[in-house]
Amino acid sequence: MLGFIARRLAMGALLAFTVVTGMYFFLLKTGMDPARGALGLYASEAQVETKRQQLGLDRPVTQQYLEWLGHALRGDLGQSTSGNAQVLDLLITRLPVTVSLALGAVLVAATFGIALGLLAAIRPGTFDRILQVVMVLGFSLPNFWVAILLALFFAVRLRWFPATGYVQFGDSPARWLSSIVLPVTALAIGSIAAIAQQLRNSVISVYSQDYVRTLRSRGLPARTILLTHVLRNASPPALTMLSLQFIAAMSGAAIVERVFGLQGLGAVAINASADSDIQVLMGLLLFTVLIVVVVNLLVDILYAALNPKVRS
Amino acid sequence: MTATTATHTIAPPPASGRRLRAFLRNPMGVIAGLVLLLIVVASILAPWIAPHDPGLVVLAESLAPPSLNHPLGTDGNGRDILSRLLWGGRVSLAAGTIMVSAAIICGVPGGLLAGYYSRWFDAVASWVSNMLMSLPQILIIIVVIASLGSGLVPTMITLGVLASPDLFRLTRSAVIGVRQELFIDAAKVSGLSDFRIIFRHIFSVILGPVLVRSSFMFGMAIIAQSGLEFLGLGDPLRPSWGGELSLAFQNFQRAPNLVIAPGVAIGLTVMALVLFGAALADSLGATRRTKKGNWTPAPSRPTDGAPHDDAATGSSPDEPEGPLLVVENLAVSYPGEDGKGVVVVEDVSLHVRRGEVLGLVGESGSGKSQTSFAILGLLPPEASVSARRLRLDGQSLEVLSEKVMERLRGQKMAYVPQEPMSNLDPSFTVGYQLTTPMRHKLHISRSEAKERALRLLERVGIPDPARTFASYPHQLSGGMAQRVLIAGAVSCDPELLIADEPTTAVDVTVQVEVLALLRDLQQERNMGMILVTHNLGVVADICDRVAVMRKGRIVEEKPVRELFSNPEHEYTRMLLASTLEDALPRQQRDDEMGVTR
Repeated sequence: MLGFIARRLAMGALLAFTVVTGMYFFLLKTGMDPARGALGLYASEAQVETKRQQLGLDRPVTQQYLEWLGHALRGDLGQSTSGNAQVLDLLITRLPVTVSLALGAVLVAATFGIALGLLAAIRPGTFDRILQVVMVLGFSLPNFWVAILLALFFAVRLRWFPATGYVQFGDSPARWLSSIVLPVTALAIGSIAAIAQQLRNSVISVYSQDYVRTLRSRGLPARTILLTHVLRNASPPALTMLSLQFIAAMSGAAIVERVFGLQGLGAVAINASADSDIQVLMGLLLFTVLIVVVVNLLVDILYAALNPKVRS
Repeated sequence: MTATTATHTIAPPPASGRRLRAFLRNPMGVIAGLVLLLIVVASILAPWIAPHDPGLVVLAESLAPPSLNHPLGTDGNGRDILSRLLWGGRVSLAAGTIMVSAAIICGVPGGLLAGYYSRWFDAVASWVSNMLMSLPQILIIIVVIASLGSGLVPTMITLGVLASPDLFRLTRSAVIGVRQELFIDAAKVSGLSDFRIIFRHIFSVILGPVLVRSSFMFGMAIIAQSGLEFLGLGDPLRPSWGGELSLAFQNFQRAPNLVIAPGVAIGLTVMALVLFGAALADSLGATRRTKKGNWTPAPSRPTDGAPHDDAATGSSPDEPEGPLLVVENLAVSYPGEDGKGVVVVEDVSLHVRRGEVLGLVGESGSGKSQTSFAILGLLPPEASVSARRLRLDGQSLEVLSEKVMERLRGQKMAYVPQEPMSNLDPSFTVGYQLTTPMRHKLHISRSEAKERALRLLERVGIPDPARTFASYPHQLSGGMAQRVLIAGAVSCDPELLIADEPTTAVDVTVQVEVLALLRDLQQERNMGMILVTHNLGVVADICDRVAVMRKGRIVEEKPVRELFSNPEHEYTRMLLASTLEDALPRQQRDDEMGVTR
């Protein structure tokens, strides 16, 4: 098991390294100009040139990259090129917002998705049809539009939840929860359908396996067979779906947080992108990829716990 | 995963005419198609049919409610919303086209090459594909915009590349499935070049699924592009659905209803694409449900002659004890394609006494296994079963609910399957799979069950019971797994044991031992046993009586010696002859007879 985790960690590190390296060269080689971005459109060419030298952007890209990587490996993500903020501080204050939304959405989606998927598999008639409707709606309705409608109805009209703003968990858990209920709901709707569909299909396929018939021939109750044997064997593909949904929720959060005026990674990304802030963008990429790697690692560990063949 | 893809792709694709008809029969698909057509035409014709100039600012008419002049009202700058949405459709359609094209151009050829050549290219491409899948697309796009700008073309191409793993994986696994098929080999022999092989055969197989995925992806493209416009990462001068939503959202407090129309435009279009894709998939048969009907086997046990001397639940007068199992006029059928049932077992009658071994002999597909599962109540839910009499130990099985059948299985009757490896749950230890039924059925403690299981494992000839107890199925050999399954079958002391070809899937040396074990256990416990087999050698070894099945019927039934010395039915004689000659391997006979199990 430890060897397995070590292998997965190495793969994750390779993934993070590839993405970060690739993007660094891509951004600087395809015309991003952090100096111009920092000073704005109206700065003179001479001012921009001074800024460029000041930021060390006149050096070869490889040299800049190696310097950045060296610092990043020591936990120093440098200073924003368009402002004064330390990149690490900036990301650490914004990260909890996006992660709260994404993790919350995946938890909610998993709870409802698993229930709906199981019901659709064992009671094909009604629940299958409900699943199909949820599926079509979940895929078709843009989550930011759903978010607006939710805000309109539950925040503006009914005033059950705040329309804008994020409250830190540490400040007030109750208000933290109420500040993320609507965005989490908006994000979860699409994922519920995806998880339910995946689980339904794998439950149906596991249920047609020979060993399920043999378990039934032993006289085990149908419920026991479903909840231990079938569910256990059907969960690996659903777990993979869960990690894909987490990634999708990170993406979705970037848009949905705008609706609720939440200052998360999406807002950071948009500002940094507009300012061509290479330091913030690279820090953001690194953080995002590392979060994905950690989530994938957790999913892999769960996967291995469920599947004895992977373990050995 | 490969296998499932293979099964639905290998089947010869139906003629396109039939596909089209199948599609047209689906009202949902037709309606979705018409809605799409309407949206496409309206967007293309926007310059001519839009009632107003989408950019015309009339501040006096700011935030006007819907009227004849402005069917959807006006926005904060007094611009006509309907006109802006019509123009916005052009952006959405362009966005979808660009993204889907980019994804197809990256994914499909990549998948073709990776699947066909499956060497280093496959390793690299699969790794890149996994990497792209683990990136949050919108965040990446926002970063990329820093250097490429927020133009429609670069952003949608980037999104297409990020989404291409979907098509890459689809194509790759379809190709791997098809590659193993004979017709590719045949094509190689006939001298077609690799390139033409790929395109002639594989392309026709993946075309349908790629179209289905593209339809979904087009929808995702529209949502993603609108999302970017909503974030302000688009061209503010060009009307778009996402941009309209963003403008409406800014006037949220003054005119909340404005957010409806752009959202409906996006939602309706994507919904039409999703439903169209789903209907397309259905007409290609890609997402057909494998099982129909109720998941839990419906108590469709039946009935035909249920009242028939049902009062005498005990024994019949001429035979005080009565046979352990009595089956009279059993029939099993499945719903066929044309609405008529396909009968797989017909008019089968047999009985088994305590301590007796009945051989059920016949070719694959003759209905032996179906008969066994009918007795055990383990047929799939879509099967319909009828019998004049179906009795185990005096108890009538035809009218029993699934709950009661559950109670009878394991303790009254038990089952030894054919294929040892696929009949053990791969995720649980042997010990768990042995002890759970005992704890349920015999109501004994965990430690008692463990003790019993270890003794059983020893009894069935497992050399190191404690180690096997703690093992997972994949750590066992086929012969060991079969012994474990036999141990499981007898663990709750059944009176009737149904063994379905218990020796076919194990090594020849193990076969003899497994048979001897079954015979010993049967005699030790005085069980009645049905031994399903196609092998008359096995029958000669351990059966007392033999019933020969062919095409769902029993053609001959008599004591084993008599059958060998005096076979009456022509088919029995043929079976005997082929056993003596040790003629064709089984698979080949199956193929020749065109039977499916």
